[in-house]
Amino acid sequence: MHDAAFHRSARPTLAIKGLSKRFTIGEQTVEALRDVNLTISKGEFVCLIGASGCGKSTLLRIIAGFETATSGTVEMYGTPITAPGPERGMVFQDFALFPWLTVKENIAFGPKQRGLPQVNLDEIAARYTDMVGLTKFANYYPSQLSGGMKQRVAIARVLANDCEVLLMDEPFGALDALTREKLQQELLEIWERTKVTVIFVTHSVEEAVVLSDRVVVMTAGPGRIEHDARIQLPRPREVSAIDFNQVRRDITQRLTSHVGVKSIPAAA
Amino acid sequence: MERVIDAPARPAGPRFWPKAKRWLTPLIVPFALLLAWDLCVRMTGTRLIPLPRDVAIMLYDFTFGGVYDDAFSKSIHIHFWKSVQRVYGGFFAAAAAGIPLGLLIGRIRAVRELLDPTLQILRPVPVTAWLPLSMIFFGLGPNAAIFLVFLGAFFPIVLNTTFGVRSVDYRLFEAASMLGCNGSSLFRQVVLPAATPSIFNGLRLGHGFAWILIVVGEMTGVPEGLGAVIMDGRTLSRTDLVISGMMVIGLAGFLSDRVIVAINNRLLAWSPQHHA
Repeated sequence: MHDAAFHRSARPTLAIKGLSKRFTIGEQTVEALRDVNLTISKGEFVCLIGASGCGKSTLLRIIAGFETATSGTVEMYGTPITAPGPERGMVFQDFALFPWLTVKENIAFGPKQRGLPQVNLDEIAARYTDMVGLTKFANYYPSQLSGGMKQRVAIARVLANDCEVLLMDEPFGALDALTREKLQQELLEIWERTKVTVIFVTHSVEEAVVLSDRVVVMTAGPGRIEHDARIQLPRPREVSAIDFNQVRRDITQRLTSHVGVKSIPAAA
Repeated sequence: MERVIDAPARPAGPRFWPKAKRWLTPLIVPFALLLAWDLCVRMTGTRLIPLPRDVAIMLYDFTFGGVYDDAFSKSIHIHFWKSVQRVYGGFFAAAAAGIPLGLLIGRIRAVRELLDPTLQILRPVPVTAWLPLSMIFFGLGPNAAIFLVFLGAFFPIVLNTTFGVRSVDYRLFEAASMLGCNGSSLFRQVVLPAATPSIFNGLRLGHGFAWILIVVGEMTGVPEGLGAVIMDGRTLSRTDLVISGMMVIGLAGFLSDRVIVAINNRLLAWSPQHHA
């Protein structure tokens, strides 16, 4: 009896079991994912990494509920995921902000759908606008913001809606290197403060190692999980440290081993 | 202290010229055309086309009277007001029918399959071709004119609205659905605002057609209106009257387009690239 109760409370935030996904494009069938199994616990920061075509974005979109799996299941606290929901917030690479809403209106969009009174909406919008440091820009439209600011709004928008799992699809891919580094730090601060579970898709090994507790390496043709590594480097992480480099090299090797990439020959 | 005194003196010079240039540039072509018109008439010695000066006199008489004192003297306000009523009657009817229909066609597949082919067949039929039928439907008078204006404005409005609804970025639907926005509130909070730029495009085009078609509309035997004045001018071989009517229509169409643009820019403050 005791055991059953324990198991319920200890249910993983996300459990992905035997997940496969096939697309049909014209006459051709593409196997995007084959038998993917992954369990993610509450508060974990997981990076999905792999070359393009490995199905990492597809996996994320299935977790978000934007696409349905061909077979297998994704469960959140034991409940199968069938549709998008506020508890899983997606941050897109191209931001997908509502261009006709101001920063604070974008952030309050989710809470507004729940029918909260305007006073609460204002309070929530102010709190999360402040969290991402955009209070001065609360009344700006997305078209008036830089890429980094837009992505901050997108993050605040899903957090304001009390999302428990933050799904990020190459969120900093469109940003310049400096902005990207800054946003990585901000994301880590937000993650530590809110204890939100993060699943972060990237193709940058360095980004994955800087950010995550766990790096899941995926390979293409068909998309599947190749390797699942726990990153135990202490935070904050220093990209130029020796141990950091070691981890990075190790993951890079996992990422490229199946393609048979040879080490670059030294200059003659 | 010095800086405070210096500050206004410096920008005064360079600031005046760009401003004046912005106002003067659009006037260059009209003045050149007037000059060319004047020269051509004088050089050819034609008596079929009046000089710009004669048209100016006609416009003055049309507005204030006191020159020719005939049926058209000091009557501009009557004709103008009649035409405005018909243009806006037809235009608003077209907007009232075209926007909801466009939203439905864009959003609901069954409605699209039911109506779109018919609309596409009707669309290339010139509005002028409807003239005889509209006179049979609505009799001689303003209703036939309003109907023709309506037809001309309707198609651009309905097509642009449909386009606007269909071209909403699907990511915005995904973003909305993950934030808990579905069904009718999705339509109101995402589809409608996202389609607004296209809807305004349609309104602007339709509004332009409405002014174009007023002349055709007022061929249906109405006694007053700018189109009727042009038709009368043609019958009486009074080219100065014809050109006066053309100028008033052009100016009225231009001014009311500026109103639509102003509303557009206000509603679409979020999208600078949609400003006209």
